[in-house]
Amino acid sequence: MTAAPIAPLLEVRDLRIEYRGKMETIVAVPKLSFSVRPGESYGLVGESGCGKSTTAMAIMRYLGSTGVIAGGSIRLEGRELVGATQRQLRAIRGRRIAMVYQDPMGALNPVKTIGAQLNEVPMLHLGSTRAEATEMAAAMLKDVRLPDAGDMLKRYPHQLSGGQQQRVVIAMALLGRPSLLLLDEPTTGLDVTVEAAVIDLIAELRRRYRTSLLFISHNLGLIAESCDRVGIMYSGEMVEEAPTRNLFGKPRHPYTQGLIDCIPDIASGKHTRTLAAIPGHIPLPGERPPGCLFGPRCRDFRAGICDSLPEIPLTAAGKDHLVRCGRWREIDRARTTLPLQMSGAVSPAGTIEISDVGKLYHIGHRRTVTANEGVTFAAGRAEIVALVGESGCGKSTLARIVTGLDRATSGEIRMAGENIAELAASQRPRHMLQSIQMIFQNPDSTLNPSHSAGFSIRRSLKKFGLRKGRDAVEQRMRELLEMVRLSPDFAARKPDQLSGGQKQRIAIARAFAIDPSLIVADEPVSALDVSVQAAVVTLLLDIQASRHTTMLFISHDLALVRHVADKVVVMYLGRIMEKGTVDEIFGDTTHPYTEALISAIRSTNPDETSRTRIMLTGETPSPVNVPPGCRFASRCHRKLGAICDTVPPPVQLVSDTHEIACHIPIEDLQVPAKIVSPAPKVREPS
Amino acid sequence: MSVLTEQSGTEARAASAKIIKRRQWTRILRSRTAMIGLFIVTFWVLAALLAPILPLYSPTEQDVMAMADPTPSATHWLGTDILGRDQLSRLIFGARTVLMVAPLSVAVAMIVGITMGMLAGYYGGWIDAVISRFSDVILAFPVLVLYVILIANIGPSIINIVIATTIASAPGIGRITRGLVLGLKHQEYIAAARLRGESTLFIMLVELLPNCRSMLIVDACLRIGYTIITIGILGFLGLGLPPPNPDWGGMVKESTTVLNVWPLMSLVPSFAIVSLVLGFNLLADGLREAWKP
Repeated sequence: MTAAPIAPLLEVRDLRIEYRGKMETIVAVPKLSFSVRPGESYGLVGESGCGKSTTAMAIMRYLGSTGVIAGGSIRLEGRELVGATQRQLRAIRGRRIAMVYQDPMGALNPVKTIGAQLNEVPMLHLGSTRAEATEMAAAMLKDVRLPDAGDMLKRYPHQLSGGQQQRVVIAMALLGRPSLLLLDEPTTGLDVTVEAAVIDLIAELRRRYRTSLLFISHNLGLIAESCDRVGIMYSGEMVEEAPTRNLFGKPRHPYTQGLIDCIPDIASGKHTRTLAAIPGHIPLPGERPPGCLFGPRCRDFRAGICDSLPEIPLTAAGKDHLVRCGRWREIDRARTTLPLQMSGAVSPAGTIEISDVGKLYHIGHRRTVTANEGVTFAAGRAEIVALVGESGCGKSTLARIVTGLDRATSGEIRMAGENIAELAASQRPRHMLQSIQMIFQNPDSTLNPSHSAGFSIRRSLKKFGLRKGRDAVEQRMRELLEMVRLSPDFAARKPDQLSGGQKQRIAIARAFAIDPSLIVADEPVSALDVSVQAAVVTLLLDIQASRHTTMLFISHDLALVRHVADKVVVMYLGRIMEKGTVDEIFGDTTHPYTEALISAIRSTNPDETSRTRIMLTGETPSPVNVPPGCRFASRCHRKLGAICDTVPPPVQLVSDTHEIACHIPIEDLQVPAKIVSPAPKVREPS
Repeated sequence: MSVLTEQSGTEARAASAKIIKRRQWTRILRSRTAMIGLFIVTFWVLAALLAPILPLYSPTEQDVMAMADPTPSATHWLGTDILGRDQLSRLIFGARTVLMVAPLSVAVAMIVGITMGMLAGYYGGWIDAVISRFSDVILAFPVLVLYVILIANIGPSIINIVIATTIASAPGIGRITRGLVLGLKHQEYIAAARLRGESTLFIMLVELLPNCRSMLIVDACLRIGYTIITIGILGFLGLGLPPPNPDWGGMVKESTTVLNVWPLMSLVPSFAIVSLVLGFNLLADGLREAWKP
């Protein structure tokens, strides 16, 4: 074992964290050791429930009234934090360690101005006067690239956008000049292009202030890009730790390999690769198996080796590379993923034709929100059309209009010859309802908590009269549950007894129960952990392909879209920016917005990470009273000039299927070799 | 086989979920608050139910002998009232009235209030505006004055007490229901039901109402307590059930004239009211604790 030559900045040793309730004690983290070196960025990765946030809270000593550090030590710059008094901790928090949480709104006090909140930090920790503090705060706001710092200091948190709030929180964290910055999922709630900017900002500030980072995330791509060393946590234990390049290049632990195989990558679509899912779920703290905690989910599990020892030790698998696996030498890493078998050809006969659909919401007098405008595209039988865009781009509104949960204010949606654009679900005849079903985003609200999981499937089957009689309905329901790979007894369970992935499977079964010709899937997997996400996506694609169902797949995750879709529609602020087949969208002629979205995708492949990053300035403007010209003009990195602000862009045809709405001539929109480009430079916004 | 079945390992999870489910009920059983409340309420309910078969005096029978000294004795355990009627018997028979009128009033008020809240919350718009403003007007009215006006005008009887309490408490229940429905109606399972073509009535009764259940049950428990107080007040004001029916509020009123001499005569029915209201309140608190998400 090679010891680090320099003393670690943060050293966590044999940490044990328990939550002590009235009736039982839950061991959230049994025994955890890791260290962060000075100036280093350390990534802590794992799925929800693995204890990564608990660990961060323990380092800050914010475990709440029930959380207890039951053993081990946490040392910061040689000083022991476990057992430190509140007074000692106050001197450390904010000054030596600062934390950035996932939800910036929760970290900012809504009744105080940004300035007042920022001033507190130097006044409290550095003993500055108010004038000095204000000066420092203004300088720091400039450092986090917030425009017009003087004005910003006078504003209240709710007057800022999510991305701006997170920048303020980062500024606040850095004002105390901490030696360690804890980042707990700092960009999870942000849009991809905003996320890209925040991550780049963190990297830059880290270089400038020489702050060490403890970066906690479930997003492997982010971690791969922003960290020097990475620790993979599973059920409260560190299962593998290595420098980033080694970890993603040569993962040793089957769980790490599994996680990497789960994520869709931009280089391959559904015809070339199937996402490999990790079966099962992370064990609850009370149900940890003996031996290897990952054992029950591992394909390379061998009885006798993996379940015999009370604890499998972390062993060195190379320089700086630790792995907790009894069989790591024998397991070879090979992708055993097969491409999806496509049974039916995509037919050009249109299932749904959306033409010039618009949706205006009136808010107050003369103020309108344009959720959709001039949206036109079509989807053929068995085709998957992905609607892509950041929050507020109108993709979910369009989904609601298609399903009848909302009505369009203009335009036509034709399905089987009928115009359904202005028909609410309650006005639609039965055959129309039957032909469109929806899969929702949030597994926790997709099933009624008061009824069994099978309730809504049963209702659908009865309502549409697809099966007559109780036995036939029950029989059909068993088939549907089998189709989504759940055992039939799941029908009787209440939603609170199901995991997120299982709930989403039930929702898929419900949507397919009445054989719809069109499925609208609104971010069906975005709330799930990566390993579960892969399983659900694969399942959805399987069923869709075997039933020749047309699907509108709404997502903000471009890598996933690349994996799933046949056609892609890119939307921004209610308008279509670009549409085409997947290969065209991810090809070399694209709209500047698409280009920016694609460049924000992060890959874990160490040979691929040096992709040109396009950073967009600002954030999506408000859809209230939109500008007359190109919607994207205010953030575009390739803006031509005044024409972009005043004249709506023309729709240019690149091919029969590929359309781009932009003033820039097609020849100039070519971005050569964008996917795997070795260009190391980050292009600054012009 | 690219997707593996989710069955391995889920059995353990299901078992643990079952334990959690069971724990929700044992939590009520273990909650001391809920159990004390339940005990008091059960005591009075049993007493009221068993009143006819218990070896009691008739609540209207006068014992002239006891009128001289109405204090507790071997024959009258809690003494008698000024007319020589057995206090214990009047108390227990009085419980019958209270435990019939209060839950009945609350049940009727619940039906009216939930309907109002459901309509207002689910439809929104002008329906919501009309129902909410109407509720505001009633809630702004002093409840006691409302009772006195109503009962004094239409005369005291069980039905009239039910009508009065319904008018007074339905708007409050409506507000609670409206708030719950506003939070629930955007849930995705409601959208799924609409896409199935379910009727609005089905969505309200089967999809929404069961999810309001726990809050409404807690509220009903509290309201039964308040209604018992109201019935007591009405009795005390002489607007309760007409004599010689045993009525707790009326018992207090009749004995106030001799409060200086025989305070127990007022205290016994007062204590009965307090204990039963406390019982319902403790039960409500305990349920709220146990059902907390």
